[in-house]
Amino acid sequence: MGFEGIGASVRRKEDVRFLSGRGNYTDDINRPGQLHAYIKRADRPHARINGIDTAAAAKAPGVVRVFIGTDIAAENIGGIPCGWQIHNKDGSPMAEPMHPVLAVGKVRHVGDPVAVVIADSRQAAKNAAELIEIDYTDLPAVANLTDAVAPGAPEVHDGVAGNLCYDWVIGDKAVVDGVFANAHRVVKLELTNNRLIPNAMEPRSAIGDYDTSSGDYTLYTTSQNPHVIRLLMGAFVLHIPENKLRVVAPDVGGGFGSKIYHYAEEAIVTWAAGKVRRPVKWTAERSESFMSDAHGRDHVSTAEMAIDADGVFLGLRITTLANMGAYLSTFAPAVPTYLYATLLAGVYKTPVIYCNVKAVFTNTVPVDAYRGAGRPEATYLLERLVDAIAYDTGMDKVELRRRNFIPADAFPYQTPVALQYDSGDYQTTLKVALQNAGWEGFEGRRAEAKKRGKLRGIGISTYLEACGIAPSAVVGSLGARAGLYEVANIRVHPTGSVTVFTGTHSHGQGHETTLAQLVVDQLGVPLDQVEVVHGDTAKIPFGMGTYGSRSLAVGGSAMVKAMDKIIAKGKKIAAHLLEASVQDIEFKDNTFTVAGTDRSKTLTDVSLAAYVPHNYPIEELEPGLDETAFYDPKNFTFPGGCHIAEVEIDPETGVVEMVNFTAVDDVGRVVNPMIVEGQVQGGVAQGIGQALFESAIYDPDGQLLSGSFMDYTMPRANDIPPLSVATENTMCTHNPLGSKGCGEVGAIGSPPAVINAVVDALKEYGVRHLDMPATAGKIWSIIQSAQPRMAAE
Amino acid sequence: MPQVTLTVNGQQHTVEVEGRTLLVELLREKLGLTGTHVGCDTSQCGACVVHIDGLSVKSCTQLALQADGTSITTIEGLAAADGTLHPMQEMFREHHALQCGFCTPGMVMTAVDLVQSHPHGLTEKEIREGLEGNLCRCTGYHNIVKAIAAAHPLMHAEAAE
Repeated sequence: MGFEGIGASVRRKEDVRFLSGRGNYTDDINRPGQLHAYIKRADRPHARINGIDTAAAAKAPGVVRVFIGTDIAAENIGGIPCGWQIHNKDGSPMAEPMHPVLAVGKVRHVGDPVAVVIADSRQAAKNAAELIEIDYTDLPAVANLTDAVAPGAPEVHDGVAGNLCYDWVIGDKAVVDGVFANAHRVVKLELTNNRLIPNAMEPRSAIGDYDTSSGDYTLYTTSQNPHVIRLLMGAFVLHIPENKLRVVAPDVGGGFGSKIYHYAEEAIVTWAAGKVRRPVKWTAERSESFMSDAHGRDHVSTAEMAIDADGVFLGLRITTLANMGAYLSTFAPAVPTYLYATLLAGVYKTPVIYCNVKAVFTNTVPVDAYRGAGRPEATYLLERLVDAIAYDTGMDKVELRRRNFIPADAFPYQTPVALQYDSGDYQTTLKVALQNAGWEGFEGRRAEAKKRGKLRGIGISTYLEACGIAPSAVVGSLGARAGLYEVANIRVHPTGSVTVFTGTHSHGQGHETTLAQLVVDQLGVPLDQVEVVHGDTAKIPFGMGTYGSRSLAVGGSAMVKAMDKIIAKGKKIAAHLLEASVQDIEFKDNTFTVAGTDRSKTLTDVSLAAYVPHNYPIEELEPGLDETAFYDPKNFTFPGGCHIAEVEIDPETGVVEMVNFTAVDDVGRVVNPMIVEGQVQGGVAQGIGQALFESAIYDPDGQLLSGSFMDYTMPRANDIPPLSVATENTMCTHNPLGSKGCGEVGAIGSPPAVINAVVDALKEYGVRHLDMPATAGKIWSIIQSAQPRMAAE
Repeated sequence: MPQVTLTVNGQQHTVEVEGRTLLVELLREKLGLTGTHVGCDTSQCGACVVHIDGLSVKSCTQLALQADGTSITTIEGLAAADGTLHPMQEMFREHHALQCGFCTPGMVMTAVDLVQSHPHGLTEKEIREGLEGNLCRCTGYHNIVKAIAAAHPLMHAEAAE
């Protein structure tokens, strides 16, 4: 069988069902007697609802009920809650306008849910929805950030002046301004982090079910965190107590953050099932997903670095506008503050930092965390700014970075922006990446490409991020409304097999394999005897789900603690069985041994004795071998590394071709190298997507122009080059595994590496900066407008 | 209501459908074969790919009635009757070419046709271009390309036997 513990590239246990078409995704589930829901959505960005006439729809063939916002409001149902409260710089809390489950009074974005039709088929529901007549008065709308904060801009929410959700700061402005005033030089850059749509391949889906005999509700949903949905929807929206509400997240086809949030559709189908007393099923059409799944990113920033004559960073000063969309999604206020601004030291020893973030409402789909959640925005800003410093001063891009790195002996390192890094070795990841990417030989490749009429460029990004979310008390003091610990229940069965019940959730990360590897490692149980169960609130006591690269660092650590308890109890049982003292019992490779002898009992012997306690220390120890542990992390974890991108541009067309991509990351302890590579490869592809192809585009009036895969460019296989992915790891010092997490690093380090390469390729055209995506049209225009200038020189 | 008669994974079915019923709806909803997935509404994503008379087709862009008299293989029909995985399925697992699994059925069906129709070999470029009709958001395609390249000699060696 070979080695299957920590460090083995074990092939995944979950693969066979996915490869055979036996996955159990939410839309695959059908409940007896189910009805289908179709959501009628606003087709305009901002309007007052004068009236909704559902009479014709209610009588249409197959229709059972039609519900609108006033029906829901009449039942004392709460609005969709926000899970994180940010405070303004004056201490006052953020604006938190009501987010109704179905629109009441106004619609505020294209896609805002207005009505739901419940019918005996999807087609019948969809046809009937077209018969709903809505009397709107259109209002002026605002889609982009600069328009939304301009004086006189239309107000998305009555009473929220200037569309300002909050005005937040970190750092001491007076100190930073003083450093800037005395600096040798200040380098300034304005940048935009483009709005993205996560587009997991599985569209969102939800089935509400109501048991008329027990009064229990069940929600099947495409969620990354079923317990969080039970908490938010049960406590704050539908007022159903936890013991009467079960949430099941079965196989979920990708999330990337977009499936964290409690969405209106979940509340709608659950509530409706109770009203019609039959299961109610809803699945998004893809173009519906485009206007209802949370979008990502969407920042506009001004960044300034004060430097000395040697390029040493003296201070960083940033102002950022961050788009919240029309309503606050679950995590949204935290993303441009505690997941962004606290990362602005990056890998550098910049001594003082000041950042002001204004979060702004617009008539667009709500914006929330998307793979990286704030850290790609911070990394893009820093790494573009560092390259701009190199451009302006003529200093070498790599040397400038090296000179400013936090040295390897400086850990634990307290940044000026709250976070304290535990470990890292930026010189090593840089050195290995430069080697693997063939950095030294690049100019030769550039010259060779030029002979073929192509512009070749190379770009580097050195970065870190903060994940393993999160220490509860820390985030609580920063406005989080929930704890962020994780739970593991390890059950050893009488015959020695093990079931792990974890509060994390696997939607592509391979936990059924990787978490099982932790059990192989610590309890010595063979992999095929370990089962990992996740996704059902009826089976698992509690949990906070999977996002923020936390499943191993936090969920795995909870498992380690639970297994420590198993071993501790097992030793007592073994001591009894072996008639030895518990201090003399050692545990290794599934076996308890009396030290210095060959007298032993296997875990199976011990567990059978525990469940059939005939020869057992029953006075001191309960029967059974089943332990639960909660783990609350002591700090964030800090993976990171160095990414290098190489591109070739065809000046005739502006098309940017990715020719190479090299990643060297520090992810701490690696459980399954194959899975880590897969996570980085997938993240890099999304980063390349952001850098070259993807953009969620609204017209100035709030119409979503990129409303389907026809207009939103998803990276395809021939857009992504072969990816060189490696790790150089330093251990996390504060969790029992030493793991830092690897789920998001690919999407964080890559976009600036790609843009830095594009800018490098265009250097003969005098390009200092361009924003993402670097589409062919944009690059072609840059080249065209530079050429007359060049001809004149 | 009109009827359609077709063979799916070796079994013949006669099903009542509407004129507007898509083949993917027939498979998923009428025949309970939920392995074939719907990932978009513009025929871009490829999660719905099946084989019709041996060729890969997007089942979201076929009406059920168009499939009358045809022989269809879905992902559920790819493995052997005794459960032995098809070489493409084996190589996807071996090379970690799937993560969430949602695009996988369509990806595998496209890949099988791609390899079958190129007995003399496939360059990496040809594989990547051959996957233009299949989106994956999880893997970055790197391991999918590796898996397909690895399956080629296995599939053609089998055919040669």
